[in-house]
Amino acid sequence: MTGTPVIEVRGVTKAYGEHEVLRGIDLRLFEHQAVALIGASGSGKSTLLRCIDLLEEIDDGDIFLDGEVVTDPSVEPVAVRRRLAMVFQAYNLFPNLSVLDNVALGPTHVHGTRRADAREEARVLLDRFGLAGRERDHPDRLSGGQQQRVAIARAIATKPRALLLDEVTSALDPELVGEVLAIIRDLKQDGMTMLIATHEMAFAREVADEVCFLHEGAILERGDPEQVFSAPAAPETRRFLRRLVAP
Amino acid sequence: MVTPGEDRKAVRAEAKRRSARRSATIATVSTIVVIGGLLAFMVTRPGWSNVHQLFFNWDEFKKAFPQVLKAFVIDMKLFVIVEICVLAFGLIVALTRTSVHPVLAPGRLLALLYVDLLRGIPTILVVYLIGFGVPALAIAGVPTDPLVLGGIALGLSYGAYVSEVYRSGLQTVHPSQRMAALSVGLTHLQSLRFVVLPQAIRNVRAPLLNDFISLQKDVALVAILGPQEAYRIAQIIQGEDFNYTPLLAAALLYFAVTFPLARILDRMNRRDPAQMALAVR
Repeated sequence: MTGTPVIEVRGVTKAYGEHEVLRGIDLRLFEHQAVALIGASGSGKSTLLRCIDLLEEIDDGDIFLDGEVVTDPSVEPVAVRRRLAMVFQAYNLFPNLSVLDNVALGPTHVHGTRRADAREEARVLLDRFGLAGRERDHPDRLSGGQQQRVAIARAIATKPRALLLDEVTSALDPELVGEVLAIIRDLKQDGMTMLIATHEMAFAREVADEVCFLHEGAILERGDPEQVFSAPAAPETRRFLRRLVAP
Repeated sequence: MVTPGEDRKAVRAEAKRRSARRSATIATVSTIVVIGGLLAFMVTRPGWSNVHQLFFNWDEFKKAFPQVLKAFVIDMKLFVIVEICVLAFGLIVALTRTSVHPVLAPGRLLALLYVDLLRGIPTILVVYLIGFGVPALAIAGVPTDPLVLGGIALGLSYGAYVSEVYRSGLQTVHPSQRMAALSVGLTHLQSLRFVVLPQAIRNVRAPLLNDFISLQKDVALVAILGPQEAYRIAQIIQGEDFNYTPLLAAALLYFAVTFPLARILDRMNRRDPAQMALAVR
């Protein structure tokens, strides 16, 4: 991969009090690339994604978006967040708004898109994700899989430079996982740049261009999915993958 | 031939009907006994004829009611204006208290002092102190109309309570909602306006309405400053005629407004009692 990475993380550290969550993370995500973050719960995957979206402040290191440093205190975080989008494990849809308004809220108030246009675009997105007819429902009327599809629509409605996915299928019933993964697969085919924290190893192997294994706040191993999954080098990676296969 | 399944279904349905009928009968009988008993107890006391004459005097009621009703319009106007101000002011105080912006640090301190102080003083004292204290200061441009001052006092007192209701509402909204709003690219103010506040207010509709009902009655407190609202007029007529019935007329008017509000509140809070009770014997 050449050119300027869309997202670059350099030597990022983050601690909650005494507890070091991220210990010197380096990562580069290029245009149209999908990088999967794997690792046990508490290894720092979610924290890393939140730090990149400036939803948490880092202690040290730098994060760049399209070559510009974004973790400098002089940078306006709202402007950075508008160029990225995040999908959360627990969907985090806005229960006070209809499905349509959940998706249209960002474009209307962030990009100043006319309300009618934003709603029309939202309708198209929802239709594409198989949610036509549910626009006027409130999120609590939808299944987990449907809610997460709305959340993905909400995230890409603002046309982000990169999509940050934080274990988006972990809260779903097993039979609903497929419909969400299908959408992400679809987005990847469209060339969406994605950083995917996931527990779905088969999916990571299939979709990701690169897999990073996080262990206790550091990337212990990274590389081509085939290589990481079939011939992991680090003993921690081997142990982690073995536990997943044979619990 | 009846299959065993259908048979037992019918038996169960009949048992359920019988049990419902029995519950309704018990409820009716016990209501009549309790309320009738209380009434009977009252009218058989030796002082009843006296009380009847002094509190439940129909002629006095007919005479006083129109005047009290006319004065009650003042109460209603005051109530509506003060309530609107309280809803706005309480929200500003709550938002100031929960903000983290350094510019608002003095505001946070002031808001905290205000809430602690006003919640610690009886409303009647606040009305008294502001109603008589502010005019005594003789500040140019500050209103001296007792009705306005009474309204301000009520607003300050209720603003403190209502701000706490809002604050608890803001705390019911999970931080992940704000995080999602920010991640969409909204500013802090936009997240508050479009995501956090609508949920917070929705979650405290009932306690807000509760304070609403409370204020509706407490507007009578401005009477101590002199304005001739319903309670004050009733008191004046009582003094003239040596009969308490006008006060009962005033009570009836306050009640007539509060009662429907209380019913609405009840409806808001209602859970199906059949759902709350375990649906087994």
